[in-house]
Amino acid sequence: MLMILLGSGNGLSNGVAANFMNDAVNAMWIWRGETTIPYEGMKSGRPIQFHNDDQEIVQKVPGVGVSSGRYFMGNTRYSYLKESGEYTTITCQPALKDVENLILNEGRFINDLDIIQKRKVVVIGADIKTALFKDSVALGEYVNVNMVPFKVVGICAEPGSTQNRNAYMPLSTAQMIFSGSNKLHNLALTINATTLEESQAIEEQIRNVLGKQHKFDPKDEGAIGLYNKLENYIQTMKIFQAIKIFIWIIGIGTLIAGIVGVSNIMLIVVKERTKEIGIRKAIGASPSSVIGLILLESIMITTIAGYIGLVLGTGLMEMINYFMMQGAEAAAAAAANGGERGESIFLNPTVDINIAIYSTLLLIVAGAIAGYIPAKRAASIKPIVALRDE
Amino acid sequence: MIRLNNINKSYVMGSNSLHVLKGIDLHIEQGDFVSIMGSSGSGKSTLLNILGMLDNYDSGTYHLSGNLIQNMSEKKAAQYRNDLVGFIFQSFNLISFKNAMENVALPLYYKGVPRKKRNQIALEYLEKLGLKDWATHMPNEMSGGQKQRVAIARALISQPKIILADEPTGALDSATSYEVMDILKKVNDDGITVIIVTHEHDIAAMTNQIIRLKDGLIHEIIRNGELKQFKKEYTHGLEAAQIPSYV
Repeated sequence: MLMILLGSGNGLSNGVAANFMNDAVNAMWIWRGETTIPYEGMKSGRPIQFHNDDQEIVQKVPGVGVSSGRYFMGNTRYSYLKESGEYTTITCQPALKDVENLILNEGRFINDLDIIQKRKVVVIGADIKTALFKDSVALGEYVNVNMVPFKVVGICAEPGSTQNRNAYMPLSTAQMIFSGSNKLHNLALTINATTLEESQAIEEQIRNVLGKQHKFDPKDEGAIGLYNKLENYIQTMKIFQAIKIFIWIIGIGTLIAGIVGVSNIMLIVVKERTKEIGIRKAIGASPSSVIGLILLESIMITTIAGYIGLVLGTGLMEMINYFMMQGAEAAAAAAANGGERGESIFLNPTVDINIAIYSTLLLIVAGAIAGYIPAKRAASIKPIVALRDE
Repeated sequence: MIRLNNINKSYVMGSNSLHVLKGIDLHIEQGDFVSIMGSSGSGKSTLLNILGMLDNYDSGTYHLSGNLIQNMSEKKAAQYRNDLVGFIFQSFNLISFKNAMENVALPLYYKGVPRKKRNQIALEYLEKLGLKDWATHMPNEMSGGQKQRVAIARALISQPKIILADEPTGALDSATSYEVMDILKKVNDDGITVIIVTHEHDIAAMTNQIIRLKDGLIHEIIRNGELKQFKKEYTHGLEAAQIPSYV
């Protein structure tokens, strides 16, 4: 019973944690906005524009791990031979791979040399590859991006997402060819923080340096948008912790009910065996050995029964897991055919070996508690009372 | 060996207090064969329980093998019982789910003797009592006499100084009773003090010393030499008892 509860609780939190893992949990995104508070003599409603040097400034803030500027090109036409399609192009720096936890199916991601030499290379999403290249090899081929040929160096996918319709190209190349400026749309970065307070401190510092750079009030929420994944992650994890605690309380409640049940049974057993215990005591059994006898019996009962429950519960969990895996595969297959798939919030609802060991220990303790009162009573049996002939 | 000095014992039942033993002075030597007699309610079972350390007394002193037995912890009492005393009961009190050998070996378990060794010793004792073939039988497969012999083997296995028997023949027919008494007599010949509580005069007559209790006091002690006299009195008593039935 406890196993099933703990298992499903684990499944829920595993599922959500996996959803979060799609991006680095310590990711942060900053995007531009408009000022809403007048500052240093300038009116509100002034748009903020990021440039390449903003990324360098943010990178210097203590606590920032890696960062990347991003410049969205909106719908861009990709064509290869007779196939073509419109996809989103994200221009970026190598660090974006870490921020968004991109998985490379083939080839490599944008590297530093690409940026420095402004190479015309592109990393395409798996769906783009399927659409343009079908089954033929894409790596090393040239695709036309808005009529400019780019060499495909990698094919990537976002974990947990079924739509990989983004293409990534070096920021410097794209700025040179397509926009001709050093503008950035947003900044993606990771932060080295483990607690909410730390991440919020870094957030504030970033607001401060950018406020200085662009002359806006650091308290102006509208000037730049900022999404702190860690904050979100920590809050969600707190909710799950609460759910877990709740599950434990219910589990322990059932356990206590079980203890009371076993305790009652043991009391009856002691009553039935009053005579035997009396004989044992007359023969020379010390009270402690009588307590040991009853406790051992009680622990045996709870452990055996508990173990059966453990095996059944784990079996049930594994069964659910198995069917859900099949369900997930079917959903993935449907998604590959162009269908849409909701992200499952229930993943791997099993308990690990540690919990099994802990619960076995718990069972032994429960058995000892259940047996203690009956054992005490058995020890206090007076042999003369027990041996009196009925 | 056993020295009782002004032992008092009363049971409290609600608001009433029942004074069972009203000052017992008793001296039993090593190797005595003693029977305690008395009508029901005279306190003979209580006396035996106190002798066997199954019960506490209220006042007086009780020395067993030179040790003062008084207000001891249950653990200590259990240890003394295990070392010094062997019990034989009217209803045998064998453990029903253990076979004869395991029943006999039980006291050694509480002495911490390893299983193999205690089972071997138990077999030796069963053999002495002629029950070797019955070693693996359960108590409910045996006759009353056999059960009592198993119980005697169990009492003997810890090599006690005293055997306390509470009506050992009470549930047996007279032939088996005499058999059991023969065994107890042999045990006594080995130097072990045997104390039995009994109703039956013929059983009591086989012992060397009879202690008659009356209303919580020792009424009379009849020693070996006077036993013939006792027998005569007993027969006379029987005749006297029969008279009213003819009236």
